[in-house]
Amino acid sequence: MIDPANPDFWSDLFEVLLKGTGETLYMVFFALLATVVVGLPLGILLVGTERGGLFERPFGSRKLGIVLNRVLDFIVNLGRSVPFIILMIAVIPFTRLIVGTFIGSTAAIVPLSLVAIPFFARMVEIALKEVDSGLTEAAKSLGATRWQIVRKVLVPEALPSMLLGLSTTITSIINFSAMVGTVAGGGLGDVAFRYGYQRYSTIHIVAVIIIIFIIVQSLAAIAAHFARRFARKSSDSARTEATNRLLLQATPGAN
Amino acid sequence: MISLQHVSKAFGSGAGRTLALDDVSLEVARGEIYGVVGQSGAGKSTLIRTANLLERPDSGTITVDGRDLTTLGDNDLRVARQGIGMIFQHFNLLSGRTVLSNVELALEFIGVETKERRRRAAEILDLVGLTDKASAYPAQLSGGQKQRVGIARALAGRPSILLSDEATSALDPETTRSILELLRRINAELGLTVLLITHEMDVVKSICDSAALLERGRIAEQGRLVELISTSGSRLARDLFPLGAVTAHPGATVIDITFSGGSADRPVISQLARDHGLDVSILGAAIETIAGNQAGRTRLELPGTAEVNARAIADLRGQGLLVEVVSGPEASDVAVDGDAA
Repeated sequence: MIDPANPDFWSDLFEVLLKGTGETLYMVFFALLATVVVGLPLGILLVGTERGGLFERPFGSRKLGIVLNRVLDFIVNLGRSVPFIILMIAVIPFTRLIVGTFIGSTAAIVPLSLVAIPFFARMVEIALKEVDSGLTEAAKSLGATRWQIVRKVLVPEALPSMLLGLSTTITSIINFSAMVGTVAGGGLGDVAFRYGYQRYSTIHIVAVIIIIFIIVQSLAAIAAHFARRFARKSSDSARTEATNRLLLQATPGAN
Repeated sequence: MISLQHVSKAFGSGAGRTLALDDVSLEVARGEIYGVVGQSGAGKSTLIRTANLLERPDSGTITVDGRDLTTLGDNDLRVARQGIGMIFQHFNLLSGRTVLSNVELALEFIGVETKERRRRAAEILDLVGLTDKASAYPAQLSGGQKQRVGIARALAGRPSILLSDEATSALDPETTRSILELLRRINAELGLTVLLITHEMDVVKSICDSAALLERGRIAEQGRLVELISTSGSRLARDLFPLGAVTAHPGATVIDITFSGGSADRPVISQLARDHGLDVSILGAAIETIAGNQAGRTRLELPGTAEVNARAIADLRGQGLLVEVVSGPEASDVAVDGDAA
């Protein structure tokens, strides 16, 4: 039992929270990095290997395109349907292979990335599908390579909605990062579990909630800010309407 | 310059299969403006998209500047496309790039270095009259301005051919006129060959040298406009001079006379009155400038007896005028007198 009257209570609390916040930000940052690095190309491939897509015939074979599309779609669906707590346990051998251990914040980055990658890939897929196919057509007529179309046309035009997707992804990574705390992953979830749950400290729980709330809201606000800045330039098309709707959802306070 | 030979393209399969292009052949000469007209669903869009192989035909060949595009590999095709500019009905500009940067995009694809890119983009923006909008975003432009950016982007890589996919269909009449003038100007100044599709006869009338009528995927009629207007029974010619429905007395003889080239300023009607004693009534008339030549069509009612009328008509044809009998005793010969002119 923790006693708030203890003279060391507040300094201990501060220290514990600082460490927890640091670990959470560490996990979230690297998981996010892995998510973008893997999820973005995955989303591009998901759209590209579809019928009529840019990569519908990888190495000249439509069959390979279909297979690739099915496989990627299956992986993304699988990743999205398995509950995180189960996924986390199931990938332990994989985590061990990569990190060497399955305990601690660094190890937690692996399952966090694995759950966020399919999520973000879907977001990227949706954002890319919103881009007017006429733009791809125009780029093709100008003699662009596929890579140029992706890099100079599709990704920049889909950027506002991809940023909003990223904001939602960050929120869910933070959400799951709290869960890894319960299985020795560290972070704010660990603080809430060990102090709030096992030792009945309401103050710890409240403090953790406030910190997580601030992190989520400020990251969402940053993403929404950039999304809005890029979206402002776009025309009065259906794409903007969709983006505006997403913006409303992603604006702190509106969700 | 552009030659489509026996091009066919079908969409769908089984019962839902539709033939968008059915054995289409057409030839666009260097430096001319060639217009394909037709109603929506006639296959115009598919046709123009086969010209740079955005749509690959099921059969047939597409030869541009002496090279058969259908035989090219991915990379060669890409390079070939850089010599074929294209503009679109909905402009297809990148919303996140400025006007200047949209034009530069075309040069980025080709691999032109930054400094030269900027110089060329500014130069071409000047050509289309948009220098003052260089740093604006597409959302801040009017439709006509957006199309000018589209044209600038298409021309940036110095293509020798321009494809226009209903480029003026989303614009109001006045803007349409200014865009057509611009196309005419770049055609003349840069010697650009233009293939355009449109559903508006006015576009053909104001800038085309040649035209084709596309119907259900087939070319119903094609040729140079100056020749088409002096071809009896030409539907394109009839659409160029819309005289409306015949409103003469029942049984009266009604004829359409087409004037073109040197005959446009001859006093034909007063001659008819003097030489044949006919008090003709004018039922309708249209005078147009077609492919740079003045041309007109007049619809007359001849009040004489069948004999007198026939003599008058023969006389007119003798003068080298195209005379088509729209109603009256001779009306049935319209379809067969194609060689009369």
